Amino acid sequence: MTYDSIFQFLGICVVACPAALLVIFGLTALAGRPLGERLMARFTQVAVSAGLLASLAILVMMLLLDKRHVPIEIGNWVVIPEQHFHFHLKFVFDRLSVPFAILSFVLCGTVGAFTSRYLHREPGYSRFFVFYAVFLLGMIVSSLAGTIETMFFGWELVGLSSALLVAFFHERPNPVRNGQRVWTVYRIADAAFLIAALTLHHLTGEGDFDGLMGTGPWPEGHSTISQSHALFVGLLFLVAAAGKSALVPFSGWLPRAMEGPTPSSAVFYGSLSVHLGAFLLLRVSPILEVSPLLSIAVVAIGLTSAVFGAITARVQTDIKSALAFASLTQVGIIVAEIGCGLRYIALIHIIGHACLRTLQLLRAPTLLHDYNSLENAIGSQRPYATTFLERVVPVRSRAWLYRISMERGFLDAMLSDYIVRPFLAVFRWSDGLERRWTDLLSGGKSRESDELKPHTAALEEFV
Amino acid sequence: MRELHLPWLELSILVPFFGAIWMGAVRDRELARKVSILVCTLTLVFATGEWLDFGMLHTFEAHDHWDAVEFMFHKDVFVVDELSAPLLPLAALLYLMTVLSTLRTKVNRFSFGWTLMSEAILLATLSCREPWGIIVLLSLAIIPPWVELRSRGRSTRVFTIHMGLFVALLVVGQLLLEVESSGTLLPIIAGALLTIASLLRSGICPLHCWITDLFEKATFGTALLFVAPMTGAYAVMRLVLPIAPDWALQSIAIVSLFTAVYAGGMALVQHEARRFYCYLFLSHSSLVLVGMELVTPIGVTGALLVWLSVGLSLAGFGLTLRCIESRIGRVSLNEYHGLYDHTPTLAVLFLVTGLASIGFPGTVGFVGAELLIEGAVTVYPFVGMAVVIAATLNGIAILQAYFRVFTGTRYVASISLRVRPPERIAVLIFTALILGGGLFPQPGVSSRYHAAVALIQQRRGIPQQDQDAGEEHAAHAVPSPGGQRIALTEPRRPVVKGEIAEEITTTNTRVRGPHDKTSRTENE
Repeated sequence: MTYDSIFQFLGICVVACPAALLVIFGLTALAGRPLGERLMARFTQVAVSAGLLASLAILVMMLLLDKRHVPIEIGNWVVIPEQHFHFHLKFVFDRLSVPFAILSFVLCGTVGAFTSRYLHREPGYSRFFVFYAVFLLGMIVSSLAGTIETMFFGWELVGLSSALLVAFFHERPNPVRNGQRVWTVYRIADAAFLIAALTLHHLTGEGDFDGLMGTGPWPEGHSTISQSHALFVGLLFLVAAAGKSALVPFSGWLPRAMEGPTPSSAVFYGSLSVHLGAFLLLRVSPILEVSPLLSIAVVAIGLTSAVFGAITARVQTDIKSALAFASLTQVGIIVAEIGCGLRYIALIHIIGHACLRTLQLLRAPTLLHDYNSLENAIGSQRPYATTFLERVVPVRSRAWLYRISMERGFLDAMLSDYIVRPFLAVFRWSDGLERRWTDLLSGGKSRESDELKPHTAALEEFV
Repeated sequence: MRELHLPWLELSILVPFFGAIWMGAVRDRELARKVSILVCTLTLVFATGEWLDFGMLHTFEAHDHWDAVEFMFHKDVFVVDELSAPLLPLAALLYLMTVLSTLRTKVNRFSFGWTLMSEAILLATLSCREPWGIIVLLSLAIIPPWVELRSRGRSTRVFTIHMGLFVALLVVGQLLLEVESSGTLLPIIAGALLTIASLLRSGICPLHCWITDLFEKATFGTALLFVAPMTGAYAVMRLVLPIAPDWALQSIAIVSLFTAVYAGGMALVQHEARRFYCYLFLSHSSLVLVGMELVTPIGVTGALLVWLSVGLSLAGFGLTLRCIESRIGRVSLNEYHGLYDHTPTLAVLFLVTGLASIGFPGTVGFVGAELLIEGAVTVYPFVGMAVVIAATLNGIAILQAYFRVFTGTRYVASISLRVRPPERIAVLIFTALILGGGLFPQPGVSSRYHAAVALIQQRRGIPQQDQDAGEEHAAHAVPSPGGQRIALTEPRRPVVKGEIAEEITTTNTRVRGPHDKTSRTENE
C-alpha cells in the first residue's frame, strides 16, 4: 500500500463520515421513523470521531512526509467532454484546509455532545441533529474543497442548515422571521459567490483552485488574472464573505441568529459559520494580492465591522447578542488581517477565536450562576472601573453613540427602508395592475384569493 | 427511421384515451379514482417502456412498431426523439402522482375523466412532430380546463380570450408559413405570430395573467396539469426554433429573462399559496426558454435539464401544496399555519422539491441550473446574471412560503392531518427521483447533451445521425481556442444542399438558423 493510497483512503473517510451521518439521519426522518435520542448521539459521536481521527492521521502523515499539498481526486461528477465542461470533485488537504477541517470536527463534536443533553426530550431533538448533519457535511466539504464548484456545494449546505436552525423554535414567529432574514442575506451572498465563481471560471478556464490561484501550495499561490478582473471578482467574493460572516452592512442578521438553540448559536454563529467568509477570503487570497484596491476594500470592511461590533457589543442587554457582536469584532479584525496579507496570523486567529467563542456561548445559559460563583469567590460585587472611552468621549457624543449602538447602527432599518421596501413596493404595484387587468377582462372581481380569511387558530398573529 | 420494439407511443396515448371514455360510465367516485390510478400506472409503464426502448436504440428518432397512423396516412405523425423521450414518462408520472395524491375529500370536485383525456392529448402532443398535429393537439388541450371552469360556474373570459388568441395566432402563423412567397416579410410575420403564440402559452410577461386566473378558478390539480408539462416550451422547440432567426431568439431570451426576474419578485409579494406557486412556476419555466434561445450546446443542455428538473420538482411542490389545501382549504400566506407537527413528511417534501427547483446542490436541479447559468453568462455576460438573480428571488420566496405554511403556533385540528399512504408513496417517489437524479446526474446530462446537439444540428439543417455515429463524430471534435464551445462537425459527411458551410462553431458564436442572412446567402 503506497502513501498515496493511504492518503486517498483517509481523505475519503474525512468526507464520507459526515455524509454517512446525513444519509442515516435523513433517510430515517424521511421514512417517518426517526432514531432515538441515544442512537442519534452515538451515531454523531462515531461519525465525528472517525472523521477527526482520519483528519489527524492525514495531518501527521503530511508532517512526517513533509507534504504541504495532498489532493484527493474523486473524479468527474458530471462531464461533457466535447464542451470541456466538467464538475470535478476534488478535495485538497493543505495548510489552510487541514486546520479548518480539524477545527470543524472538534467544535461540532463538542457541540454534538453538549446538545445531546441540552436538548434532551425536546420535541425538535431529531430535527436539530438532521440540520446538524447537513451543517457538518457543508463545513467539511467547504473546508476541503479543491474546486470552486465543490466549495459552493458545501457553502449552500451551511447556509440552509443555518437558516433552518435559527428558526428551530418554530412555534414562535420571531425565530422564524429571523431565520427568513438570515436566509435572505445568505441567498444574496450565494448569488455573489456564484457569479464570482463563473467569472473566474471564464477568465482562467479552470474550476480547480490550483489553476484559479496559480501554482504553489497555499498560501504561496500567485494568481495570473489581470488587476481589473481581480478587482471585479474579488469584490464579488467580498460580498459573499460579508454576507456569510455578517460583516457590515450585513451585520444585522448575526444577533437575530441567536434566536436559535444555544448549541447551534455556538457552533454556527460563534465559531464556524461566521468564519466561513474569512475562510473564503483566505482561499482566494492570491486574488487579493493582484489588486491593491481590493485589499484596501477588504481591510476597510474588516475594520469597519470590527469597530461597529466593538461599540455595539457594549450596549447589548443579553449575553448572546453581546457575544455575537464580540464575534463580529474579531471576525472584522481577521478580515482586516487577510486584507493586509497576514494569512497565517488570520488562520491562527480564526482557530483561537472559534474555540474561545464556542466555550463562551456554551457557558452562556449558566452566566448568572457563573457570576454568582465569581462574586462569592471574591466576596463582593465585581468592581466597576471607568473605561478609556468614557474618559475620552464627551457625554453628548456618548449619548449619540449609545443610541446608534442600541439601534445596531440602523443597518437593518436602512436595508429595510431603502432596499427591501421599495423593491417589494414595485412588485405590489405590479400585482395591483394585474388585478385591475384581470378584473377588466373578467368583467368583475377576478381574484377569489382576495376573499381568503385568516384561520382562527392563528388570530394572535393579527392581534 | 428506426422502430421501437413495441407500439409504446400508441399504447401510452390510447390507454388514457379509452380510460377517459370508460370513466364516463363510472358513477362511483371512489371507483373512478381507483380506475384512474390503474390507467395512469399503465400509461406510465408504457411511457417508461418507450423511453427505455428508445434509449437502447441509440438513435435520434424512432417511431412505433406497427405504427397504425403511418400505415393509414403514410406519414410519421407520432415519433419519439431525444427531446421528447424523457418528457413522455415525466408527463405520465405527473398525472399518476396527481391522481394518486387526490384524497377522498377532493374526488367529487376533481374530474378523473377529463384528466385522463388531457393526459392522452398531452402524450399525443409530446409524441407529435408535425406542426399541424401539434397545433390541433395544443388546441384540444384547452378544452378540459375550460369545461371545468364552466362546470364550476367561474368566469372563463380571461382563459377564453387568451387561449382563443393563442389558437388564432398558431393557425394564422402556420398558414402564413406555408404560403409560397418570394419575399422575406411573410415568413417573418409567420414566425412572429408563432413566437407570440408560444410565449403566450408559456406565460411570458405580459401575456401571463391567464395562468394566475386559471389557478384562481380551476381546481389545483387541473391547473397544475395544464401548465406543469410546459407545452409552451415544447411549442417553441417544435414550431419556432427551427424557423426563427437569431434576432427573434434573442428577443425571446431577453423577454424570458425579464419574466424570470419579474415572476420571482411577484412570488415574494403573494398572499395566497396558489398564486405564489403560479409565479414560482412562471419564473422557472421562463428560465427554460432562456436556455433554449441561447442555441449553444451548454445553454440548450442546461435548459433541457432544467425542463426535466423543474417539471419534476415543481410538480412535486405543487402537489405538496395541493395536499395541504385538501387539509385546511386555500392556504393564506399572510399567517403562519403551524402544520409541521401534523405533516412533517409534507414539510420535508416541500423543502426538497422547492430547493430542487432552484438548483440546490445535491438535487436534480443543480447541474441543470449550473449549465444554464454558464450558458447564459457566456452569451450575454451581464444580462445572463439575471438568471442568478431570478434563482435568488425564488430561493427566498420558497423558504418564506415554507415558514408560512409549516411554522407558527401549532394548528388546532379535530381530526388527524397526518400524511396518507398514497401521499407517502408519492412523497417517496418524488424524493427518490429528485435526490437520485441529483447525486447521479451524469446519465441525464449525457442524454440531454445529445438531444441539445441534435436540436442545434436540426436548426442548422444538418440531417441527424444515429448516436453511434455521433459518438464517432464526437471523437473527431476539435476544441476551440477558448475551450468552451466546440465543433458540431460531421467528419466524412457529404455536404447536402442548403446546409450551412461553417464547420466549426467557436466560443461566443451562436448557431445560426436557416433564416439568417449568412445561411440564406449560402443557400442561394
